[in-house]
Amino acid sequence: MEEKAKPKLDLNRVAMPRQDPKVRARNFNEVALGYTHDMALKEANRCIQCPKRPCIDGCPVNVDIPEFIKAVRDNDMPESVRIMKGKNALPGICGRVCPQETQCEQVCTLAKKGAPIAIGRLERYVADWEREHSSDLASSPNLPPPTGKKVAIIGSGPAGLTCAADLAKFGHEVTIFEALHVAGGVLMYGITEFRLPKAIVQGEVDYVKALGVEIRLDSVMGKLATVDDLLEGGYEAVFLGTGAGLPMFLDIPGENFNGVYSANEFLTRVNLMKAYLFPEYDTPIKIGKKVAVVGGGNVAMDSARCALRLGADEVYIVYRRSRVEMPARHEEVENAEEEGIIFKFLTNPKRFIGNDQVWVSAVECYEMELGEPDASGRRRPIVKEGSEFTIEVDVAIVALGTTPNPLVPSTTRGLETRRNDTVVADEETGKTVKDRVWAGGDVVTGAATVISAMGAGKRAAASIDTHLKET
Amino acid sequence: MYKIVVKEKLCPVVDFMKIKAPEVAKKAKAGQFVVVRVDEVGERIPLTLADWDDKEGTVSLVAMQVGTTTYKLACLNAGDDILDLIGPLGLPSEIESFGTVVCVGGGVGVAPVYPIARALKQAGNKVITIMGARSKDLLFWEERLSNVSDELIVTTDDGTYARKGVVTEPLKEVLERDKGISRVIAIGPAIMMKFCSLTTKPFGVTTIVSLNSIMVDGTGMCGCCRVSIGGATKFVCVNGPEFDGHQVDWELLFARQRIYCDEERRSLELWKSHHCQHS
Repeated sequence: MEEKAKPKLDLNRVAMPRQDPKVRARNFNEVALGYTHDMALKEANRCIQCPKRPCIDGCPVNVDIPEFIKAVRDNDMPESVRIMKGKNALPGICGRVCPQETQCEQVCTLAKKGAPIAIGRLERYVADWEREHSSDLASSPNLPPPTGKKVAIIGSGPAGLTCAADLAKFGHEVTIFEALHVAGGVLMYGITEFRLPKAIVQGEVDYVKALGVEIRLDSVMGKLATVDDLLEGGYEAVFLGTGAGLPMFLDIPGENFNGVYSANEFLTRVNLMKAYLFPEYDTPIKIGKKVAVVGGGNVAMDSARCALRLGADEVYIVYRRSRVEMPARHEEVENAEEEGIIFKFLTNPKRFIGNDQVWVSAVECYEMELGEPDASGRRRPIVKEGSEFTIEVDVAIVALGTTPNPLVPSTTRGLETRRNDTVVADEETGKTVKDRVWAGGDVVTGAATVISAMGAGKRAAASIDTHLKET
Repeated sequence: MYKIVVKEKLCPVVDFMKIKAPEVAKKAKAGQFVVVRVDEVGERIPLTLADWDDKEGTVSLVAMQVGTTTYKLACLNAGDDILDLIGPLGLPSEIESFGTVVCVGGGVGVAPVYPIARALKQAGNKVITIMGARSKDLLFWEERLSNVSDELIVTTDDGTYARKGVVTEPLKEVLERDKGISRVIAIGPAIMMKFCSLTTKPFGVTTIVSLNSIMVDGTGMCGCCRVSIGGATKFVCVNGPEFDGHQVDWELLFARQRIYCDEERRSLELWKSHHCQHS
């Protein structure tokens, strides 16, 4: 044990500086500004380096959290980066969008007495430090000699990138096929710029490329080539990390009126196509004056906050359950409220009403009440008959969730899928029932988190590596 | 990057380009489309394949200058690159030996009709093709269509070439004349496809149309291209682009095509103010 003056137990975490709500509600710059060096040092010093290290098990990719925090405390940033990247190829992303409060931070020993260590904020600090001081020393791991084995990965989202990075570190030759014109999947088209700047995503994509991974953009697998084409064409294994990309709709009258968007379309236009910079960028988006977003998850929060930043006067979140059942991260709900998003809880759309231009003019809603818990464990919302009321809107965004895109599974012989189009794969290894094919992330679980997809990518990489060594 | 190897003006506002995209060419089938993004700030737009050549490794596109992207395309020449070309997307046309089929191409829709007519001809069908344009100077590929058709009827709205009138008139005559027609394929402006469908309806002849809705990704991700077919919502990009014309909710399609009218105009005006026009 080092013999520094033992710090007194500090039960309050260092606050994260953020843009003022009034200011940030009208710009697309990042909301959370990140720790300064002093803040990071102070927060790192709160860590008691407990022997049990529950945080490591709380992390889906098992980052050596106490070690990287210790390195921050010792002011050895390159070492901190090295420890972090040993397990996590995408720390700048995870430090921003991981739900640490239900993972590593939830099990932190300090959480028993006060606020847990702000692991996510420190992770972000380390990743940002590396980007600003890009030292080859810290970022380029020593790669083993090439094994000469080729692996194809379909999809460059969190699962695919993580799987690719680990396979490259094992010495395999990895090609990622990406359908869109940029790599990153949901990190690029879904999560907003103000929560996860795209330059950060591209920085971490560049790191994966620096490991020797080839990324082929504009490649819609299932159309351009099938999984069987890849297996017959020299790839010894294929990993499906195609995510959950298809939007779900409400299936109520008026849903096809102009001005009714899926959250996927709305966010893709804004994030991927940069419609918030229209007409400098060519892709347009309708800027609503009054906008209703239907749903209670992170995607709903992102959509609402985007609509506000585009210039809407009033933005509503319409959610059929109450505040406590909302699946969105607490922090994002708080951010949205501070910015002036209006929450309509226990409210569910009955139909969209259109004007003579076939443009949405209102959403008619029911009031709801909560009954007994349903299969999800949350109390089931029940319609209050005769409670209909309308909210005037000129843009509505449906953020109900997403399901896997069947393009790849439906063109792959011998793959097992469930009724919701998810692919059946072993939870521990990601192995599907089809020979030499693995899958992980949202395509297996349905829409979940970035970090759980990364965990799945990591486990699949280990299993693929074992398989390749045996053959 | 995808290199343009041939660029021709088919008429003052319609451009033909052959683009190097070997993998797309290898898998392409009649009726499918690609999404293109011309440059870094560009929009993603769908264009139905006008042709492809597996040996050459090229795909051919025909685009009418209507918006910022198609104006940008018109300014490019052989040797220039298009930033992104994604495909082949959508379901291929149903190609079988149906018997006698009528292919109708209106305006720039003549281009995507060509490979479908060719495939139908190769599958052993008797192919009657009707092609139309507003005016003589907007007509192209008459000879190409003639080569894959047993009979070719040409119309111009203003009578400056061939038969005066719109394509639905000869379509009706052909249906009256030949009771054995088993299928009509109509591609062109939405309004033309609607009227072709209305024309064939009383004859009870299956009518396939290729819908041209607004898209972003083209792979089922956004739902921007949704249409109503027989009362059910479908995505043109993955469930189409071809549908039964008698089942299409045309008014909804027209409305959804107009979503960004104002923005499209604004974008194009801005672009034109920065660029000299080639034409």
